[in-house]
Amino acid sequence: MTRFPILSLAIRSIANRRGTALLTILTVAIAMTLFLGVEKVRHGARASFENTISGTDLIVGARSSPVNLLLYSIFHIGDATNNITWETYQQIANAPGVAWTVPISLGDSHAGFRVVGTDNRYFEHYRYAGRRQLEFAEGRPLDALFDTVIGASVARELGYSLGQEIVVAHGTGRVSFVEHDNNPFEIVGILSPTGTPVDRSVFVSLEAIEAIHLEGPTGAGTTLSVEELLAMDLSPDQITAFLVGLETPVAALRLQRQINTYRVEPLQAIIPGVALSQLWSVVGVAERTLAAVAAFVVLMGLICILTAILTSLNERRREMAILRALGARPGHIFTLMVSESALLAFTGAVIGTGLTYGVLAAGAPVLEQQYGVHLTETLPGLFDLSLIGLVTGASAILGFIPAWAAFRNSLADGMTIRT
Amino acid sequence: MNQAPAISLEGVRFAYKRSAPVVLDLDEFRVEAGERVFLKGASGSGKSTLLGLIAGVMTPDEGRIDVLGSPVSTLSGGKRDAFRAERLGVIFQMFNLLPYMPAGANVMLPTRFSARRRKACAEAGGAEKEARRLMARLQLDPDRYWSSPPTALSVGQQQRVAAARALIGKPGLVLADEPTSALDADARDAFLSLLIEECTASGAALLFVSHDGSLADRFDRALDLSQMNGAAT
Repeated sequence: MTRFPILSLAIRSIANRRGTALLTILTVAIAMTLFLGVEKVRHGARASFENTISGTDLIVGARSSPVNLLLYSIFHIGDATNNITWETYQQIANAPGVAWTVPISLGDSHAGFRVVGTDNRYFEHYRYAGRRQLEFAEGRPLDALFDTVIGASVARELGYSLGQEIVVAHGTGRVSFVEHDNNPFEIVGILSPTGTPVDRSVFVSLEAIEAIHLEGPTGAGTTLSVEELLAMDLSPDQITAFLVGLETPVAALRLQRQINTYRVEPLQAIIPGVALSQLWSVVGVAERTLAAVAAFVVLMGLICILTAILTSLNERRREMAILRALGARPGHIFTLMVSESALLAFTGAVIGTGLTYGVLAAGAPVLEQQYGVHLTETLPGLFDLSLIGLVTGASAILGFIPAWAAFRNSLADGMTIRT
Repeated sequence: MNQAPAISLEGVRFAYKRSAPVVLDLDEFRVEAGERVFLKGASGSGKSTLLGLIAGVMTPDEGRIDVLGSPVSTLSGGKRDAFRAERLGVIFQMFNLLPYMPAGANVMLPTRFSARRRKACAEAGGAEKEARRLMARLQLDPDRYWSSPPTALSVGQQQRVAAARALIGKPGLVLADEPTSALDADARDAFLSLLIEECTASGAALLFVSHDGSLADRFDRALDLSQMNGAAT
């Protein structure tokens, strides 16, 4: 007996029931698209999360928890417990091995966006997504006292353009009753999208922060003119946190220990990568839940295949009897059912994967331009291929159930045609 | 031609389950090579069981069955399936055709499963040529019906396609299980004539089972299963 042409029979048989088959395939395709979509967003979210800050060796702030320091200094979530004195900052900035530092002073906001008091070293040294540097979509860095540079989301959501004047408010709420409206800032630069909290930040100089708080933190700002202000010493008394870049990254651990045991005031230094993964272990629970839900959707798709095949089984008893009469072994009937199940799943999985990547390819430029989310995988990779294999294999295994039923039917029926 | 008898049963007993009653008890049953035999059997006479045993889909609890010289009652399951593919043609009461294949492909199906039948067709000029010849012989114009889906054919035409399929590749024995019961009188007579003619032409033995005794005189020999079967109710 020659090789039984099972696969071509399975294909013809499925084609004969194309209505049900198409619906079944569609179910699997949608399940697969959903699962892959969730996976892509999950990886994209994780990547952009981990890409939020790089190139910085240490972040230094008042002593609290590492995650807390990371949240308020980089993600602008929550508030600092305490500040750092300018003297301490200067001391560490001038310590041997320190290549650069970027001071950060937080506490004000504009229309719900955080105001970050810093200087132009921020734009020079802040890195995200590997080694990418901040870029100016329009304009230039800070220069005059009341200059401000805004992130891409701030500009887009509030419809701001260069030359416009804005007022910052004390505190960090969206609605503030204390606005420093004596001292409006002029927008001199707008940053390109990064997909990081930088997009949602308003940057001003440390001196400006100092100036608007000269008459107490709750005032409307200072009434002094810019010339009068420039004549004063506006170097701040304290800052919220600062970023440290080292000449050699291996020195990070030693400097971290020195800062953590600093005697003059309670400080802590964190290594961004370590703190990021600590934070992700908290955030990641939601991500894993999402993945589990998506996996169950795929399982439902496979059960749909099972249902469709089991339903068709009775009306196909005569098909099985004919095949038996032609010399098919019970094993061939078994293989026929299993390969049908696998074939449906395979087709659905391939279509679903194609759909996912089609949408990604179409949407990638928009995502990059509008939200700065950079999708690295725009072609199916090993993961997708093995997922297709897994879905097909799982469906083949589920196919054992109708296959076993058909196998037993064909033994019981023999060549009798039951209609 | 094969000189061994087409079918030879001796002392065959069969029950579907060990504890179930015996449904078939045949002391002896023989069909000679090339012989055309009518077997009358009402429903419940054990005819389906007998055909299943001859085709090797089931094996007897006792006794010996030889088909075309092969001891099918002692062959392994796989060998019996292979034997059926190589040497037997089967025609059912109705719904003989795989619904997802056109008539021509249905006729050619056995040659896809059996090297021996492919070879027999090759000697006659190829499987498709042989299939077309058989269709023409059974008065189904191959040019017109080759690509017809089974659903587009009348029951009589379907049965003729099934007969062509059973006969392709020169099987030694054709088993027909009430193939005319779904046909009206005219179609039944036409089908019967064509089937007997073609079996004779290809030298195949024919075991034709039916409850309709009026067909019996068209055959070499007629038997009544109810009388032969010791277990008949």
